Amino acid sequence: MANWVFKGLQTGIKSSAYPRYSDDSPGISPGRPTNTHLRSPAAADELAARCPTEAISRQDSGVTINHARCIHCFRCQRGVQEKASWEPTYEWAQMPEIAALNKLANVFGRSLHVRFVDAGACGACMSEARQINNPYYNMHRLGFFITPTPRNADVLLVAGPISDAMHLPLLKTYEAMPTPKRVVAIGACAASGGIFGPSFAAAAGVAEVIPVDVIVPGCPPPPLAILHGLLVAVERKPPATSGCSAPSGVAAA
Amino acid sequence: MVLAEHKHSDGTLARLPSFQDNFQQTWKDRLPVLPNETGHIWQVECDSPQLVDFCRWLTQELEFVFATLIVDERADGGWSLLYLFYRDDKSPWVCVDLKLDPGTAAVPSLVGLPHGPSFDWHEREAEDLFGVHFEGHPRLGEFILHEDWPEGVNPMRRDFDARPRFEPKAPEPKWVPPTVVMAPGSFSMPIGPVFSDFAESAHFLLETVGEDVIRTIPRFFYKYRGLEKISEGQSADRALLLAERFSGIAAFAHGLAFCEALESICGTEVPSRAQALRTVFAELERLRSHAAAITGICNSTALAVATSQAALIEEDLLRLSCQITAHRYLFGLLVPGGVTCDLSLADRQQLDTAVAAIAKRLLRLLEMLRYSSSFLDRLEEVGMVTEDKARAYGLVGPIARASGVARDIRKLFPYAGYRTIEFAVPVEQEGDGYARMRILFAEAEQSAFIIRNTLSGLPDGPACTELVQPREGAALAAVEAPFGAAFHWLRIDDHGRVVRYRVTPPSFTNWHGFHLAAENFAFQDFPIILASFGLSNAECDR
Repeated sequence: MANWVFKGLQTGIKSSAYPRYSDDSPGISPGRPTNTHLRSPAAADELAARCPTEAISRQDSGVTINHARCIHCFRCQRGVQEKASWEPTYEWAQMPEIAALNKLANVFGRSLHVRFVDAGACGACMSEARQINNPYYNMHRLGFFITPTPRNADVLLVAGPISDAMHLPLLKTYEAMPTPKRVVAIGACAASGGIFGPSFAAAAGVAEVIPVDVIVPGCPPPPLAILHGLLVAVERKPPATSGCSAPSGVAAA
Repeated sequence: MVLAEHKHSDGTLARLPSFQDNFQQTWKDRLPVLPNETGHIWQVECDSPQLVDFCRWLTQELEFVFATLIVDERADGGWSLLYLFYRDDKSPWVCVDLKLDPGTAAVPSLVGLPHGPSFDWHEREAEDLFGVHFEGHPRLGEFILHEDWPEGVNPMRRDFDARPRFEPKAPEPKWVPPTVVMAPGSFSMPIGPVFSDFAESAHFLLETVGEDVIRTIPRFFYKYRGLEKISEGQSADRALLLAERFSGIAAFAHGLAFCEALESICGTEVPSRAQALRTVFAELERLRSHAAAITGICNSTALAVATSQAALIEEDLLRLSCQITAHRYLFGLLVPGGVTCDLSLADRQQLDTAVAAIAKRLLRLLEMLRYSSSFLDRLEEVGMVTEDKARAYGLVGPIARASGVARDIRKLFPYAGYRTIEFAVPVEQEGDGYARMRILFAEAEQSAFIIRNTLSGLPDGPACTELVQPREGAALAAVEAPFGAAFHWLRIDDHGRVVRYRVTPPSFTNWHGFHLAAENFAFQDFPIILASFGLSNAECDR
């Protein structure tokens, strides 16, 4: 067993500097499209038409992005004349207006116990949620823990569009949690139903079943975006403003 | 008897009887229509009374393996059932075509055959979703649609509207778990569908008498999102997004299967550079998926440093994918006719160096694991699947290959760049958790080898052809996804809209065999058996 100890020491510390400092290691986030001014309304119409989930809407001669619907298909990037501009960020967690209005004083202190429910997630969101436990992101250093029972949970982390068979288990998990509690919805499916919901078999996201406090958009949101979502839930980080950055002039074609 | 040459997993030459000549001898007078070969498929028209005998002959005498059942509702109200079979040599597919007249909705069940288990879940699914009744099947009903779904409503029927929410469901449904073990002191232990960790939704009922678990009754389809139904009527472009996203950790493999099916309908020639790039991305996905499965196995045995090491490899592969293709899970790379993302020289060099380094790290990790006796104690002779059972259940992928079944779609029906590339298919005989883990390591090594080899001989030319002009037709595509063989059957109309899309993912095939491994074991081994299977529920449930 000694060789394992040696291997661990040899590997050294791998943890990200986030949230104290920003982390810009290559490949930690796929980035996402942002509001863009385009040269002509026709180009904006083309982008809006190419978007399969109506995440892009035209405004004057630019486009605005509804990130809760964006599924990272890159169709506004590849094979178009004028692209939507792209931001390589990961602090994506946003607070729905209703949740921001009902905001209580911070009652969780610094530590947080998280309960995870998979309500029809495709596996990519699940995999990214699992990564926040790996040595790079290591949620424990921030005082975040996964709890084996909803009775001890402060935060409910939900992924997926809420398939019908998971509707009741999700509701029961939520009801079993003591108040105050927060709900963090991760991924485009949980935020808006994505490309699966609403349909005969799945709802249009978590908000259809239980009140949502924080939405982490992305398909899937990278691990740092999920960590940002948890930090927003305990008010250690501000949410992303209006879901996207300000229009950034004429986009590079 | 006419024989075709066929290599067994142990390298000896076996001889399997060839289909067309033996059909002539055995079935000439009994089946009305002779088979005709279209493409690589022998089409056999069969009727209900002959079905059982014919399928018995096919699976037992000729050793064909059942792949998938495709049910389609015809315009006249009748049913068309296609049973697809393949074999572990390079012989063509056999498609048994059963047509039912309007009004008859009963088919003889095939579960009574020696290879019956491979038909089991397909028949249950068709009964649940289409309302086709299989006479003689012992366990019909409540499979994909759970107890809150009303009887007699079948969502895959043409007259069922998929878009609006379906409301008439029971609010607090009653579900009584089945009990099989009746020994004094026995009790059932439910696990799931919500787990204490980041686990996918599924329910397992462990029947125990104290510490020993006698058997496990799994219950799936908590994540059923109706992929096959909601893709109907969609344009091929949008259905591709669904194919990619129903199982995010095998997105490229399933997207590729969809594109292969679409391209074979439309007769599109994919440029050789695109074929090679598809191979590279598919193997990159396999490498990452296997690293994730290894992380899961180390985690289930609570070997903390090994878990961290494997998790670092997994995250490094995710980051590498993101740097090379802009997405950590390879979403948005596929387009009918090629790929959207070409690799520059710098990308190729980075990929080559990184993959070589990761192959070395995996090798070192395996060396350390092999000499950790406490770790091996947890894996050896745990979760056994015998070769006979693996064959009877038609298991696929690393799980079948760990039980001595050398079954790999990349070799049987080469697609993309696998037509030209040489690689090995590792096979183990033991069928326990340790064998499955060794298979994962060996295949990861092969994936790294394939990536580097393909990159070094990457052909020049475009990475995508002109837009595919859709035309009416149907096609089957088989792809070796990270978890095993995935069968996608696609029918489109002349506007390129999906008429019927049938996906049989490897997790669906292999979850069925899970109960074989989860019998008569100590309770604390359950997470290890689960992790050594390492399957995806999202992929199974669709």
